[in-house]
Amino acid sequence: MTITRPGRYLAGLLAIALLAAACGNDSDSGGSAAAACEVNGTDGDLQIYNWAEYIDEEQLAAFGEEFGVAVTMDTFDSNEAMQPIIANGNSGYDLIVPSDYMVAIMIEAGNLMKLDKDAIPNLSNLSPEFSGLIYDPAGDYSVPYQWGTTGIGVDTAVVGTDFPRSWGLIFDPAIADQYAGRISLLNDPRETLGAALKYLGYSLNSTDQSQLDEARDLVAATADRLAAFDTDQADELLTTGVTAIGHGYSGDMFTQFTETDDPAQYVYFVPEEGGTRWIDNMAIPFDAPNPCTAHTFINWLLDGDNGAELSNWNYYGTPNQAALDGLEEELRDFLVDPEVIVGGIDSLESIQDQGDFEPNYSDAFVEARS
Amino acid sequence: MTAIDERPVDPGVEEPPAATPAFEAAAENADARRGFLLALPGYVYLLVFFVIPVLIVFVYSFADRTPGGTELANWNLDSYRKLGEPVVREILRRSLWLAFLTTAICLVFSYPFAYFMATRSPRVRNLMLVFVMIPFWSNFLVRNYAWRVILGPDGPWSSTTETLGLGSQDLLFTQQAVVLGLVYGFMPFMILPLYASLERIDLRLVEASRDLYASGWQTFRRVLLPLSMPGVIAGSILVFVPSLGAYVTPEILGGAKSTLLGSYIVIQFLTARNVPFGATLSVVLMAAMLAGTLAYFRAGGRNL
Amino acid sequence: MTATTASPRGLTRVVLSANVAVVFLFFYAPIALLTVFSFSNDRNPSRWGGFTLDWYREFGESQSLQDALRRSLWVALWSTIVSVILGTSSALALERFRFRGRRVFDALLYLPIIIPDVTMGIMMLIFFGDAIELVNDIFGTSYTKGIATITLAHIAFNISFVSVVVRARLAGMDQRMEEAARDLYASRTQAFRHVTLPQIMPGIAGGALLAVTISLDDVVVTQFSSGPGATTLPVFVFSLIRKGVTPLINATSVIMLTASVLLVLLSILTEGLRGNESTTTTTGGTP
Repeated sequence: MTITRPGRYLAGLLAIALLAAACGNDSDSGGSAAAACEVNGTDGDLQIYNWAEYIDEEQLAAFGEEFGVAVTMDTFDSNEAMQPIIANGNSGYDLIVPSDYMVAIMIEAGNLMKLDKDAIPNLSNLSPEFSGLIYDPAGDYSVPYQWGTTGIGVDTAVVGTDFPRSWGLIFDPAIADQYAGRISLLNDPRETLGAALKYLGYSLNSTDQSQLDEARDLVAATADRLAAFDTDQADELLTTGVTAIGHGYSGDMFTQFTETDDPAQYVYFVPEEGGTRWIDNMAIPFDAPNPCTAHTFINWLLDGDNGAELSNWNYYGTPNQAALDGLEEELRDFLVDPEVIVGGIDSLESIQDQGDFEPNYSDAFVEARS
Repeated sequence: MTAIDERPVDPGVEEPPAATPAFEAAAENADARRGFLLALPGYVYLLVFFVIPVLIVFVYSFADRTPGGTELANWNLDSYRKLGEPVVREILRRSLWLAFLTTAICLVFSYPFAYFMATRSPRVRNLMLVFVMIPFWSNFLVRNYAWRVILGPDGPWSSTTETLGLGSQDLLFTQQAVVLGLVYGFMPFMILPLYASLERIDLRLVEASRDLYASGWQTFRRVLLPLSMPGVIAGSILVFVPSLGAYVTPEILGGAKSTLLGSYIVIQFLTARNVPFGATLSVVLMAAMLAGTLAYFRAGGRNL
Repeated sequence: MTATTASPRGLTRVVLSANVAVVFLFFYAPIALLTVFSFSNDRNPSRWGGFTLDWYREFGESQSLQDALRRSLWVALWSTIVSVILGTSSALALERFRFRGRRVFDALLYLPIIIPDVTMGIMMLIFFGDAIELVNDIFGTSYTKGIATITLAHIAFNISFVSVVVRARLAGMDQRMEEAARDLYASRTQAFRHVTLPQIMPGIAGGALLAVTISLDDVVVTQFSSGPGATTLPVFVFSLIRKGVTPLINATSVIMLTASVLLVLLSILTEGLRGNESTTTTTGGTP
């Protein structure tokens, strides 16, 4: 007699859960409605969700003062942790900073609000190469914030200065074996398999399973001479002498180098085979409470002086042409140094979301590490 | 032992599997009603803030991964099929071994520690208890990075081994470092329940045993260990289960060179944005762990 | 103490004391290191750059860091209080009474310990998202997630940790004391307050300490239950790791540790003034 009862209640609970889950899904598809804002208009306080240490809090305060709003900022540590929080709705944020491929995903998922470009006249300050971007061709949903590359950092005290500017420094046993135990790769499927794909002469957006398998085997063969797969501390490992060769992000490397006693001891470059160029963007969540203040903020940050202040603080590249003159000399040297991007700007690719093929990348990465 | 076997009710009575709102009708005697009322707030809280969410996860495990997110349509068993892949078995084997090792080491060091604590004066005990926990009120990441420095090249650990004439033992980014980090992180979870159960034991039983010429080992095996079994079991669960799912420590101290269960689940939920498979892994893991935990408790606690 | 044979003798005693020393050395080695580096004049907390107090100064000036710390303490405090009450009553119910649904509840209580962090995070994200939407639709309110949802989530896992520790204490505890009190016409409440509660106090204290610790350290569940302006200290620190955790976080940790040690010393001092009352909390030990 008691058998049916628990069954019935369980079914009831399941129904509630399903209902709740279904409700949640509805809210996701509410995006795409364009905001209608005025230049420098505000509709409330500004809540920003950004990467840590990506903008000076004093700069935020300056914006707040100028427009009479309060600005608060929370920080996230990865695109993948940020996206579900926004997608779920009611996040309360007005402005977020997703990377390129994540913008595409969020547009597809209806997580972003269409921008009112008339409210952002400073869009004209963007450098030409930052328009018509593959993840948001018309720039309807996103405005570039900062950009950088993924490459290799080298400690010349160990490796010397006469080393090949190639991914072979990590992947070719003939060169890399002498640095066994002192190399790190990023703990990220797309970046690390992407580097291997580039070394093998393929696109880092390859959706050819046999190419991916080849890259997986290459990473697996490399694993033995690695100190670690590390994304967050690749630059610190290099400058504290734990590693001598580190796969990492340009801005992280540059900032870390300048903090050592002798920055010239370290070199950062994108190998001749090419690598990743990534762009972080400002975007507005589909259910942002105060989208007009967010538009005003985007426009304000695209101002030349403000853009320069941003880059001078976080040491990443600026997509803002009007800001170039205001950059510190040291930073400008890093950004325009022809030795940094060995294969030239055309050798760079942006990571694109590969939809249904995406899990194949993470599976390959997991297999490479086991 | 008689003191421990006494129970207000016969533990042998098998209750039928009951459903929530059905208890009240059945609460014929006052004791049952009192027990029910006492359990009610915690029960209701977990139902609302835990069981419903878990059911949502369960539902998602049958959903469909699409490039834009998870679609609650096209219900399928694909994720459950994916569990059969050999890489899953390999990850599971490795993670279980690591969690087992962590638990065993924690137990070996925590038991004498907790016993020592339990035999001190009340004030010293409380003081020790607090000083066991205080290090863990610093920040988790900072503690892990501190270990990175200690175990790293030219760190305190290798200079100590060098001074001792053992040569430079560079432990960073090895399996040993991962186990060490996990033991460090979860040892208090072992000490606390052990202490709570050891402190309760009437130590005159130990004296009596020694007076009757039992050896120290016999006293431990025959008196202390059986009496403190609830603490051993609770502590082992509290260490084993979280170390099975740990992922930050293995990445920081082990260099993420082999995928463990915890990071495998994180990769599914976040990196691959494969919520259905992440949910499936979680559901199966929870079911297995729950069954294991209950069996372990029943086996270890039969004569409680 | 030497009079009791339960107190370990000879070799056992040496081994036990040595073990305690080793364990404490193990626990405090990284703490010593992170304290040293909180005075290091280098942004990288694993490179010594000469002595400085700048990080402590910076802590004093950083409003966002202090706010994050305050939020963490608030969440830890409330989630511990509520989960100690709910966890202890659950433990009592399960260990002392037989009632319908006991088995189900028993199993249910382990789930929050068993669930992987990230699963609980994602599930809380979906659940709170839907629940808040539902509440806002029905009552016309405009709540968002924040400190309250973080606290609710922390209570959910802390109930389990508290109840496991309290149950380890309760299991097989001598109930004759309580029965004797009842025989002597103490009411159920009186018997509980004066007999049972003091007996299980070490379990409750242990459970509470565990709850505080877990709450203060949680990143993943917190991050997904959080809303605008509700960043807690661990979430803040975690988001820093890409750009590098600086000794500022070490300094924050040292400040927290110093504050807790001072609190402990203070409580010892006040207890010392009131005289030694705490002996009633134990059943074993010196007769």
